[in-house]
Formats: sequence, structure tokens, C-alpha cells
Amino acid sequence: MNVNASAGVATTSKWRSVCAVTDIPRLGARVLRTDDGDVAVFRAEDDTVFALADKCPHKGGPLSQGIVHGHKVACPLHNWSIGLEDGCAIAPDEGCTRSYPVRIEAGVVYLQL
Amino acid sequence: MNMAESKNMRRRLVLVGNGMAGVKTLEELMKIAPDTYDITVFGAEPHANYNRILLSPVLAGEMTLSDIMLNDEAWYAGHGIHLHLGKRIVRIDRRAKRVIADDGTVADYDRLLLATGSNPFMLPVPGAALGGVISYRDIADTEAMIAASSTGGHAIVIGGGLLGLEAANGLRLRGMDVTVVHLMPWLMERQLDRTASGMLQRSLEERGLAFALEAQTQEIVGRDGRVAAIRLKRSDGSIDELPADLVVMAVGIRPNTTLAESCGLHCNRGIVVNDTLQTFDPAVYAVGECVSHRGASYGLVAPLFEMAKVCANHLAQYGIGRYQGSVTSTKLKVTGIDLFSGGDFSGGEGTEEIVLQDAMGGIYKKLVIRDERIIGSVLYGDTADGAWYFQLMRDRQSIAEIRDHLMFGQNHLGNTGHQGETRAASMADSAEVCGCNGVCKGAIVKAITEKGLFTLDDVRKHTKASSSCGSCTGLVEQILASTVGGAYQPADTTNKPMCGCTDLTHETVRAAIVERHLLSIPVVMRTLEWRTPNGCASCRPALNYYLLCAWPKEFTDDPQSRFINERAHANIQKDGTFSVVPRMFGGVTNSSELRRIADVVDKYRIPTVKVTGGQRIDLLGVKKADLPDVWRELDMPSGHAYAKALRTVKTCVGSEWCRFGVQDSTQMGIDLEKMLWKMYSPHKVKLAVSGCPRNCAESGIKDVGVIGVDSGWELYVAGNGGIKTEVAQFLCKVATREEVLEYTGAFLQLYREEARYLDRTVHYVQRVGMEHVKARVVVDAASRGDLYRRLLFALQDERDPWVEIAARTARPEFEVLPL
Repeated sequence: MNVNASAGVATTSKWRSVCAVTDIPRLGARVLRTDDGDVAVFRAEDDTVFALADKCPHKGGPLSQGIVHGHKVACPLHNWSIGLEDGCAIAPDEGCTRSYPVRIEAGVVYLQL
Repeated sequence: MNMAESKNMRRRLVLVGNGMAGVKTLEELMKIAPDTYDITVFGAEPHANYNRILLSPVLAGEMTLSDIMLNDEAWYAGHGIHLHLGKRIVRIDRRAKRVIADDGTVADYDRLLLATGSNPFMLPVPGAALGGVISYRDIADTEAMIAASSTGGHAIVIGGGLLGLEAANGLRLRGMDVTVVHLMPWLMERQLDRTASGMLQRSLEERGLAFALEAQTQEIVGRDGRVAAIRLKRSDGSIDELPADLVVMAVGIRPNTTLAESCGLHCNRGIVVNDTLQTFDPAVYAVGECVSHRGASYGLVAPLFEMAKVCANHLAQYGIGRYQGSVTSTKLKVTGIDLFSGGDFSGGEGTEEIVLQDAMGGIYKKLVIRDERIIGSVLYGDTADGAWYFQLMRDRQSIAEIRDHLMFGQNHLGNTGHQGETRAASMADSAEVCGCNGVCKGAIVKAITEKGLFTLDDVRKHTKASSSCGSCTGLVEQILASTVGGAYQPADTTNKPMCGCTDLTHETVRAAIVERHLLSIPVVMRTLEWRTPNGCASCRPALNYYLLCAWPKEFTDDPQSRFINERAHANIQKDGTFSVVPRMFGGVTNSSELRRIADVVDKYRIPTVKVTGGQRIDLLGVKKADLPDVWRELDMPSGHAYAKALRTVKTCVGSEWCRFGVQDSTQMGIDLEKMLWKMYSPHKVKLAVSGCPRNCAESGIKDVGVIGVDSGWELYVAGNGGIKTEVAQFLCKVATREEVLEYTGAFLQLYREEARYLDRTVHYVQRVGMEHVKARVVVDAASRGDLYRRLLFALQDERDPWVEIAARTARPEFEVLPL
């Protein structure tokens, strides 16, 4: 089981099962449609899973469509690099998108939404 | 060093010399291997690292000391570096691997980096030790000059080189009467020829400077321990005495090797280093002005930065980079005077010169050429193209084809997006330089000075200027060059690494893929020792293409290493929807295709339907999940409008209908498009075929343009109608349809095999030259045949991605997850 720290999101919301880890391509992402907007669920090469609001802090580009490298994703619109762990742009760019806590149990991905 | 640290397993690196070269090495090291060393820095000056190049603007009152700080003390603390300021290292014990400072501070090292810089050379004349006689080297000298100038009076600057003239200009601006004494017959004789130097002298005289040329300083005359006058011997033997309240010696610098010599390191004018910046003691490295590399020492900042990069690479134990010496260029930092020189401009046997001189306009340009290559340049008055000439020189690019307009500069600068401006100097601070990202000149200058940027890449990262379409790159380079002056060096495009993940160039990586039969991205990264676990968004798409090109039918394609457009086989739009462009060979369609398009537009509520510049129909605003169904119902081939691939072959009506047409251009376009569709390439490829020289299909601005004439077909290549309009160059004339296909295919295969990823044909042909292309495609029939066969082999049995995906039952990559 691995738990990624949330970026200080105080929430009482519940853990929801989303998909199997293997449903997400390695170095890729899937999109989860929620009432709060789309959430991008990424799988790094080391099988760590991350979840970010699917909106680049720059111009709202869909991060789920970007190229994943290391624990970062390059936004498909203007190539900003966003850290998967905290949703923040890599310097010198500035800005953050919301990140969601992720838990994996028995190969199933749970998000705290 | 306390116990906790000594238990630390990290190796210890000690830097002696807290100047630009040493600290730049640390910065480079931090970028690639931040945790390798426990680092300690000793600096003799009481200041953190500042930009020595900008001392002249400080002296001139155009900048302040805080403006020129590069790394403040917080930077060292933030990186866990132990910084000792105001401590001079007096002894190195190489056996014990330890350095000792003048205050008794001791530091042990595993690796030692010497960056002791240089010392100003003081003329050994009587009176040189008097009060008021100073050199021009550091903050203390600058402050002494500013203090001395506050009471006005006479200043003498000895030395009419770069540094001397900048000092003289600064002192004059601060209100002193300044005379420059120079031994040689003209100013800056190492950087300028006599003509340019004369123009420089006149313009400095207009600013109130006086000159004593061919004058030898004999004595500095003192009164009460302070300088009072200077005694000169003129070329005619007469002796002159000039009053002086301040004397600045700027007659040159000498590598500071005292410390290195005292510990027995081999020195020969400088500390002798090899191509890895290692001294004769393998534990000791040296960078900067203190070194002697292949017999040369450098006093300009650009070479120091190149050394820093290589040295950091070896300190990080990557062991790849080699420093092979630098070609240097000079720019005088006197506001209002534009002067640039680079390389060898003295001429001589086997060289020729191109000279443009406009005495009234104050413009002088000289290019020195040997074997069709620029080997030196001197520009006065208009230095806008200095960086370009320097780049041509450094890349050893043949100028044979551009010779007739070489002197008029890089005319494509600022083609679109910046009001046709091509001269950064004349632009107002509020003028927009980068039309893609809305960056004005003032913002770029501010970022360069405040953040201490030196390279185009830095400016792109911090301001985004020229980071999108790149058409304003030339303007940004000009601004960079004029802001940082001599510190600017155009990027070395010949040896540029692919990206931050490796030190290898595109060419080296491609050669390794071919020679070692590498078939997948992970294998390439393992074999070539990539620094990052899975590359970055820049190298992965490039590697995927290089594998595809080298080993078609064999390589493992990695969809996750393709840009989203090539993964989704549609073009992503700003709102995250996609556009769909079905293929219409040669731009020809019919009623049933149009009917299907109309039905799909209605059924999937596609908001916009537009005709493209390449004679196709674009459906915009398609949801990703609808793409496979849209493709299936259109029942038309993929138009590849989303890929680095053959896009379209544009055609005119041609001889079938047109009363002027002499060839069937429409059919030729269809034939070319049927042969080439599904061809991936380094960048997008566009073709056009016109049926007569009226050229209605605009073949003159295409990657391959075909123009029908009565006796056959003319082929043009490497045109471009986009960012910078480039007219295609004539390749050859052929007689038959089969020849058009073969020559076109061979040229495109050559481009596929030799261009760097994301280079259009125009960039590729500019780099390798048209002669090379003609030799491989036109002259050598065997080479042409081989190229053509390799292309046909690569394209054989390739499938249409739309058909393939639409036929699949499971398409998870197009579907969203339900909650």
C-alpha cells in the first residue's frame, strides 16, 4: 500500500475506488469524471499512482493528455512541467493544481475525493 | 568540520575562488548531481558571487552593485554549501588533501577545484606603487574609482583595450577629464582592425575622451606619496607630462597561478589542464581564467561557462564531456557604441574579405572568409547580426549559397509577430518581442539582469520569449547579447546535447541506434546511460522517431512517448477537445464523402467545420471519446493533420481543366500523396504540385514543391510558408512521373534519416547545405535509389491508425473512468 500525502486538503470526503492500477497505462493517465470536474489519474513507471485536477495551472490544459516522465507530467498545450506529487509547476514556472490523496490496496486505486 | 558531517559518506569538494567560473561549475553540478558532494567554498573577496562582466556599467553609474550579484549568501546556505568569505587560501597540502586559509581555517577534500582567476598586470614603472594608482579588476577597484571621481580632476587610463576603454568611459561619465594612454598605434588592436578602431576612437572623442596613442608610460610622478602626473615617451621620441589624480592600469591580465605553483602543480603561464579540466593531480580540477588549456588562456566569460559545464560533468563522474577550446567574441559595453568582433579578422594568406563601409552612417562591417567559411568578423555601428555571423563561424557552415546577401544580415529575423522589427536595439522597452507569449523587450531585459541569465535557454525558461514558435529567437539573442555583452555566446548547435537527460547529441544517439541495433526506448536509455529514469517530454518523442526511422518493422513503438496528438490521432485544441481532418488525396473529394462528413457533423454535434490551408476539411471540437466512432462513420483515411508526418499534397487543377495547365498536377498530387501518406518524419511535411509556372498551388513554399513545365517537372525543396517564410530551392528538373516520385521520395528519406527531430526541411537543408542534398539525391543515382527503396520499405504495409482503432472493441485510452 502506498499513500501520497495530500497537499493540505482538509476534507471529510470519502475514499472511492476508481480502477485497477493496470487500467492505467504505465507513463500514462486516465481521466475520472467527477462532479467537481475531471481528475487525471497518473501511473509512473515505478507504478506509483497520482491524482491531480485535470487542469494545468497555466491555461487549464488537460494534464491527463501530457507526457509523463519521472514524477512529472508535461502539459500538452504549452509544455509546462507539473510535479505529480504536489500538482505544482516546476520552477521557474509558478502555479499549482489541486492534488488528491491516493491509496492502493490489492491492486485497486482509491482516491479521496 | 563536525563529527556528524565527517561521518557523512558524501565526498568532499572544496572550491578555491568564489568567482563566476567556480560558482558556475557548482551550479552545473547541482543541476546534474546535487547530492554527490559536501561542498566548501573559499573566496578572498568579502562578497558573494557577482557578475564581474558588469563592473563597467556599475562604474558608469548605469547599474548598482546589488544589480550584479549572481548568487547571494542565501543561495549557498540554501544548497548546504559552506561559504568562507574574505579568506584567502595560502597553502594546499596535496598529500593530506587539505587546504589552509590565511586565518588558519582548514578544509579537507576528496576533489579540489581551483578557480583562482587572474591578476591585473601592473606595469613595472617607477611610481607604480603610489597612492591613486589602481588596477581594474574587482568591486574594490570599482569602488576606488567611484570614490576618486567624486572630486573630479584628471584620470589617466593606461591601456586602450576593452577593459581600459570601459574604465575610461565610466570615469568620464562620472565627471573626470580622462586620457587613455596606449602603446599601440590603434585602440583594441587585438579585437579591431584599423578602420573600425578609428571609427571607435572618433566616437569616444565626441564623448570627451582624449587619447595618447603610440605612447609609452615611463614614470608615474608622485607628490606626498600620491600620484600627481604621468610621464610619456611619444613615438617621435619626445617626452610629455600629463597631470593625473588617478591612474588606472588596464594593460592586461595574468592567470593567477601562485597557489597552484606553490603546491607543485604543473603550470605554464596558467594551470595546465586537459580536456576534462583536470590538472596533473587527478584529484585537482581547475576552471576559469587561471587555466592554460591547449596552450590558451581565456579572459572572457563564455569560455569559462563552457569549461564549467564540462568540469561539472566530470566531478559528477559522468565522464562524457570534453572541453575543446573556445572561439571567442567581444562586445564593448559602452552604452551607445555598438561594436562586435569575433574570430580571426586579421586576414592573410588564403583569406578574402567582404567589407561594407558607410562612414557617414557610422557603419563598418568586415567578414573574413577562408574556404567558403567565415573565420572572423568585425562589426561597428550595426552589430545586430554579430551573433549570427558568430554562429556561422562556430558551426563552420558553408556560406557559398548565401554569400551574395550575407552582408545584409539574417533577413528572416522577425518575420512575423513583431511588427517586422529586426533590430532589437531600436525597439522601445514596451515593444512586443514575442508575439506568441506576449513578452515585451523590457520584460526580457529585466529578467536577464535581475536573474543573471546568460543563455537563450535561460531566457526562454524564465520569460517564455521565443519558446513557442521561435520566430523571435534572433531578436531575443540580440537583446541577450546587448544586455550581457561579452558574456553572451550563441548556443553551440553543433555539439548541443539532445536535452538535459544526456550529454550526447542527436547525431551521436542516432548513430548508436543504427550501429548497435537498438530497438526500444528503454534499451537506448540503458545503453547510452540516460541520466533520468525515463527521459523527458523532449527526448522521448525524438527517440521514438529515431527508432522508427532506423528500424521500421522491427522497433517497439512507445505510444506514451508520443505527443498526445499522435496518441489520439487527432489534434488537441485549447479546450481539450480534438479536431479531425480526413484525408482527401490531392484535395479531391466527391459527393458521397461530403455527405458522410455532413452526417457525422450533425450526429456528433461538431461545432465548427473549416477548410484548411492545405485544401482539406477540418472538423473542430470533437470529444475524445467520440473520435473512433467519428472515424468509422466518416469512412475516410486518416489525414495525419495531427502528426509529424506527411500532411497534405496541395494541387492546382492542372491540364485536365485549366486552359493554361501543361501537366496533370492533380493526378501527380494524388500519386505523391498515395505513396507518402503514413510517412512519419522529423517534423510535418507538406507538398504541393502546380500544373504550370503560374504556380497556383504555391509550390515555392513547401517542403517539396513540384511545378509542371511543358517538358516535364521542376522540383523545389526546403521551402516554408510558416513562421519564417522561406522560398524553396531548386533541386532538379525531371521528365517523367516515375522520376518525380523517386526524387521526391529520396529527398524525403534523406531528410528523415539526417534531420534532427523537430527540424523542418528548411532547417535541415540550411544545416547540411544544398550541395550535400544534390550530391545524394541528384548526382549519385545509386544513393538516390537506395534512399527511395528504404522509404518504400518503411511505408510498405503500414496501416491506417483510424481504421485500426475504430475496428477494436476495447479502446480504454479514449474512454473516461466512471465514478
